Amino acid sequence: MSISATYEGVTRRRVARAELTKFRSLRSSWVTLGLALLFLIGFGVIAAAQARTGNDAPGAEGATGYSMALFGVTFALIALGVLGVLTSSAEYTTGMIRSTLAAVPRRLPVLWAKAATYGVIAFVVGAVGALVAFLATSAILSGTSSAVSLSDAGVVRGLLGAGVYLGLAGVIGVALGVLLRSTAGGISALVGTFLLVPGLMALLPDSWSDAVTPYLPSNAGASLYALTQGDGALSAGAGLLVLLGWTALALVGAAYRLKRSDA
Amino acid sequence: MIEARELTKAYGQKIAVDGLTFTVRPGAVTGFLGPNGAGKSTTMRMIVGLDRPTSGTVTVNGRRYADHPAPLREIGALLEAKAVHPGRTAYDHLMVLAHTHGISRHRVEEVIGQTGLDQVAHKRAGAFSLGMGQRLGIAAALLGDPATVMLDEPVNGLDPDGVLWIRNLLTKLAAEGRTVFLSSHLMSEMALVAEHLIVVGRGRVLADTTVRDLVREAGGDAVLVSTADPVRLRSLLAGPGVEITGRPGSEQLTVTGRTPREIGFTAAEHGIPIFELTRHEVSLEEAFMNLTHDAVEYAGRAA
Ligand SMILES: Nc1ncnc2c1ncn2[C@@H]1O[C@H](COP(=O)(O)OP(=O)(O)O)[C@@H](O)[C@H]1O
Ligand SMILES: [Mg+2]
Repeated sequence: MSISATYEGVTRRRVARAELTKFRSLRSSWVTLGLALLFLIGFGVIAAAQARTGNDAPGAEGATGYSMALFGVTFALIALGVLGVLTSSAEYTTGMIRSTLAAVPRRLPVLWAKAATYGVIAFVVGAVGALVAFLATSAILSGTSSAVSLSDAGVVRGLLGAGVYLGLAGVIGVALGVLLRSTAGGISALVGTFLLVPGLMALLPDSWSDAVTPYLPSNAGASLYALTQGDGALSAGAGLLVLLGWTALALVGAAYRLKRSDA
Repeated sequence: MIEARELTKAYGQKIAVDGLTFTVRPGAVTGFLGPNGAGKSTTMRMIVGLDRPTSGTVTVNGRRYADHPAPLREIGALLEAKAVHPGRTAYDHLMVLAHTHGISRHRVEEVIGQTGLDQVAHKRAGAFSLGMGQRLGIAAALLGDPATVMLDEPVNGLDPDGVLWIRNLLTKLAAEGRTVFLSSHLMSEMALVAEHLIVVGRGRVLADTTVRDLVREAGGDAVLVSTADPVRLRSLLAGPGVEITGRPGSEQLTVTGRTPREIGFTAAEHGIPIFELTRHEVSLEEAFMNLTHDAVEYAGRAA
């Protein structure tokens, strides 16, 4: 047999490499990443084109060129978050988890590797998509009153912030998939957290809602890429900390379930 | 070497594995035999750490499976349930597992060749037939070139070609000196390949024996004799290590410890007429049924 004499053991880097190969080798990964880019760039371009022709997109009154460029962030978040969920829930729905955990029986390295590799992928796609959306938008809007430029204050930081938001949302998706072990469950939890819970805040008394809302994952995430902070919104730095807190919480839950439950 | 000590697994109220203690010795094929629901798959999942024992321990080569730095090098397992993403090619599936241990691409190609997957290696596993899927599972089990290979009902549902292929593979693995631990609910399958047998029923060990001893205990080497003078023949055949039974007044004796040939000669020497002289064939299947009868009965009533 031709196994080389070098010591072959499971290491963190090797598990990460395996996770990257898992991701690369599924067609759905590429399709969904493409969709995320399409949403991110497409919605920005459409919003800008509408503004250019004088038809404000619904809800876009008073939008700046920058906010138009990032109009697609929420849609991209759904695509990237769902792909994050799938990355881990499909392990359970297909039975692949048994192969995975037989190879890495300590288990937790799989979660960290999945979260890290997918988090970086979602961040890169998010940041690149946001940059392209911005450049396309600024080209469309050049010469109008909403013209924007990459050298405007805070723009580069904001675009990176959008990437970080999408990357962390992807990690939360991965964690939800491991925690719930079901694609439908994971996607519901993700969509609920990022899209429905903010709407439910209206049901709370105003004082409560004002106190809680900025700390929701979606609002904390939005403050990561906002160019100017609205009333009561968190600063970008505070938003990052809060979003990291939510991500850590989801990962701890996932780690607990992964370590404790039978595969 | 696999060592289980008082291994127990309960799923809620259901006790699937109930204090199993056994050792799978190196360098031999050990069959893990028991009716459906006996707890074989559960035991095998606990061996590779997929299920956590409720109590008791099981070790592979002296350590818990998860405590080995390179677990795939210690034991390769083909489990009962599917363990492949259908959207991934066989090659990519094996590469994923190889990466976790730093196993080379060359080795992946080698196990693909060994399991006859060359033609389909770049096809998605979801399109595989049952037999091809089984080969992929075996390729994964062999990937780390482990000294121990564990297979859970590997021939279940396979066509005759597939069954033959698995049987040859097992023989080859054993000839290479590997420890093979193989489960089945069919004695006939086991008898062909296993030397050692661990028989389980209702989550307990019913017998830890060899195929030969199991048959002997079930009366496999007895000879039936019908004769005109059972009393005289009986006294002529008696001796150390010989056991003879027969109902009074019956012309039939059951003899263990003498061959039909010896009995025939003795009878001829003394001019005793014989009407029947047959080896009493206890099939392995029968021996197994006797052993697991109670366990199956219980399962039938409990279900
Ligand atoms: N995950 C599970 N949850 C609940 N019961 C289970 C589970 N796995 C197995 N069982 C039960 O445990 C018993 C043993 O099952 P199993 O180990 O699959 O037996 P075998 O492989 O010998 O057919 C069966 O009664 C089965 O229904
Ligand atoms: Mg089974």
